[in-house]
Amino acid sequence: MSNEVEEILKRVQQMKGVIGTIVVSQEGIPIKTTLDNSTTVQYAGLIHQLTAKARSTVRDLDPQNDLTFLRIRSKKHEIMVAPEKEYLLIVVQNPSDGN
Amino acid sequence: MPPKAAPKQKAGGTGSNLKVGKGRAPRINAPAKGKDDDATTEAGDGVGEEWMQAKTLIKPDDQLELTEQELKEEFTRILTANNPHAPQNIVRYNFKEGTFKQTSHVDQLAIHFSLEGNMIHKDSDEARRQKAKYGASESYYQSWMWKALSEQAISESGEEKKDEGEVEGDAKPEEGEQDGEKGDDSATPAPPKSDQKLTNQFNFSERASQTYNNPYRERGSQTEPPPRATFSSTANQWEIYDAYMEDLEKQEKAKESKKQTSRKDEEKSKKKLTALETQSDDLSRISHAAKIIERMVNQNTYDDVAQDFKYWEDVSDEYRDHEGTCLPLWKFSYDKAKRLAVTSVCWNPKYRDLFAVTHGSYDFMKQTRGMILFYTLKNPSYPEYIYPTESGVMCVDLHPEHPYLIAAGFYDGSVAVYNVTLKTLTPLYQSTAKTGKHTDPVWQVAWQKDDLDNNLNFTSISSDGRVVAWTLVKNELTFTDVIQLTLDEVPQEGPDGTQLAPLGCGTCFDFHKQTDHLFLVGTEEGKIHKCSKAYNSQFLDTFDAHHMAVYKVMWNHFHPKIFISCSADWTVKIWDHTYTNGPMFTFDLGSSVGDVAWAPYSSTVFAAVTADGKVHVFDLNVNKYEPICEQAVVQKKKTKLTHIAFNSTHPIIIVGDDRGYVTSLKLSPNLRKVPKDKKGAELSKGPEAEIAKMDKLLSLVREPSNKDEKN
Repeated sequence: MSNEVEEILKRVQQMKGVIGTIVVSQEGIPIKTTLDNSTTVQYAGLIHQLTAKARSTVRDLDPQNDLTFLRIRSKKHEIMVAPEKEYLLIVVQNPSDGN
Repeated sequence: MPPKAAPKQKAGGTGSNLKVGKGRAPRINAPAKGKDDDATTEAGDGVGEEWMQAKTLIKPDDQLELTEQELKEEFTRILTANNPHAPQNIVRYNFKEGTFKQTSHVDQLAIHFSLEGNMIHKDSDEARRQKAKYGASESYYQSWMWKALSEQAISESGEEKKDEGEVEGDAKPEEGEQDGEKGDDSATPAPPKSDQKLTNQFNFSERASQTYNNPYRERGSQTEPPPRATFSSTANQWEIYDAYMEDLEKQEKAKESKKQTSRKDEEKSKKKLTALETQSDDLSRISHAAKIIERMVNQNTYDDVAQDFKYWEDVSDEYRDHEGTCLPLWKFSYDKAKRLAVTSVCWNPKYRDLFAVTHGSYDFMKQTRGMILFYTLKNPSYPEYIYPTESGVMCVDLHPEHPYLIAAGFYDGSVAVYNVTLKTLTPLYQSTAKTGKHTDPVWQVAWQKDDLDNNLNFTSISSDGRVVAWTLVKNELTFTDVIQLTLDEVPQEGPDGTQLAPLGCGTCFDFHKQTDHLFLVGTEEGKIHKCSKAYNSQFLDTFDAHHMAVYKVMWNHFHPKIFISCSADWTVKIWDHTYTNGPMFTFDLGSSVGDVAWAPYSSTVFAAVTADGKVHVFDLNVNKYEPICEQAVVQKKKTKLTHIAFNSTHPIIIVGDDRGYVTSLKLSPNLRKVPKDKKGAELSKGPEAEIAKMDKLLSLVREPSNKDEKN
């Protein structure tokens, strides 16, 4: 199972335009990353807060609802966040890069 | 003392020794008594001797005369403390037990005589008190005294004498010691000291003691103050909701645990195990998230394709009138399956984006391993499920009601059933040589409706000439031969003279959609047999359909009489199963036709793939002779297309080739056009309309013979 996830992450990292993948724990601590240290810490801290806020918003609107995915499109990148119960999976991609 | 004194006084009473008694009798004061006694015994000794002697002399008249010997005889008597008169059988009522009970304990004490004394010491306070009280009426006092002593038979002394006696008695004890006191004593009764507290002169002792008093002490202690922290939080609606849900879950669990207390221990140990397992691979918990991320990254990467899939409609269709195009979308491939031909494709009946692809080899000389892959349109870069196999997989079918069950047929003749939900890579069931395995490659498998016992079952066909029905019974795969394909040729003579009935080689079959027992079988010899499950040795009909192997037969989705077939002889033919003389339509595609499929949305649309890498799409309603789309979809010229499948909801088809690629194509609007009548309004939809549409075409074809058809 663990291998399977590793493989998926590896494939994702090899996809076109993918800049980095980060796995963040519930407390906002990065566990696994392909980016450099400072960027990782910055991403982890900020995205963690944002995701918590986004989740809170979704759940406040309807408690039975939940956040499953969050994507932030910026001029340069797209930041994709998949929140799991105890972890956050963050992928930064440059979508225009692939084409 | 008193009992001793009493008999003596009595004796004194009887005898003449009055003087002694008389002198003492008036005395009341007890303290002097001891001395008095001594005096009396001294005085009485001399008198007593005489009396005793006199006594011995007196002999009663009736005394028994005893002889000397008799007198000497000894009688032993034992004195016991037992009272001979005590009753032996006293019973008492026992309230506790409610019965009369004999008391074992009997009082052995017998009192023969008792007399209560009433003398008090003269000097004692009580005497003084009495004196003080009765001092005024001395006579009464004296008479009371006298009365008390009257039993001693001193009757003759007068009042005066008693007065004297009183005085004498007072003086007597103190005679030798304190004469002076005499006056005092007599005088003392005069002042009334009655209120003074009297203490017992003889054995009174007053004692007092005080216990040690513990000094009062105050003691206090203070605990360390507990750590304090300010805590603040906002309770959102969803937090409250979560808390309630958690509580609900707990309650349910508690209920369950009450029911299953016995199993608890086992579960506990299991839980521990699972907990350990989950701890060991931390990353597995984000598998779901990882899957989503992968799909999203793919969506970004293939954004243009996704957009095309959803929104692009070929505008040029409007100018081309009837013809349409296929737009290639995603291309699916897997490294380990490259160079393995796609041997079948099948959409998942439930998840419209998921499809199964099998890989194997059609080349008799180059048989290798095989593979079953599941792809989803959401992730074109990597298969969702991978099942590598030893032998080439030739065909696959997904169960329409249980889309997680896959039936597969292999080149080595076996069939197997996989369950996608299980994480194992091995099949759930697999036929072996013992359990009815085919002896030649299995060319097609198809799930059937559940049998009477609600067991899942499927049918397979192989070039060994057998059509076999497989049933999944618990953990077994059982088989029954549905039909044995034979050729109607004369049996050949074997080398040793035996008759050998040549077998037909089945390549494909299709069960009728409404009539369960009716099915078609295509053979390598080019024949199509119409068979029924009811007759397993005979065909209902045989069509001399093709000159070469039939690759596919398929009933029309709407019209119950119509079926289509394709063959390696470059043709696709449409048949009416009630009309055996010839096909309704024949189309020559200029190359070996690997697969043909009816479109799910129209009774007149079908698509075929050929060995020259082209996809042909026909709509009989639009053009009965030519395809409305003929398009090469492979890069390399030599690539052969092998199989095709329509998606049931999306306007796309998937085609597989012999290099291991699967291409998805979007059908342009013209290829899925709904026929319009002259006013431009859409005709009525539904199966009836589709059947009518087909019937209209058929009526055109049937009458004017076969002159339009090419061979």
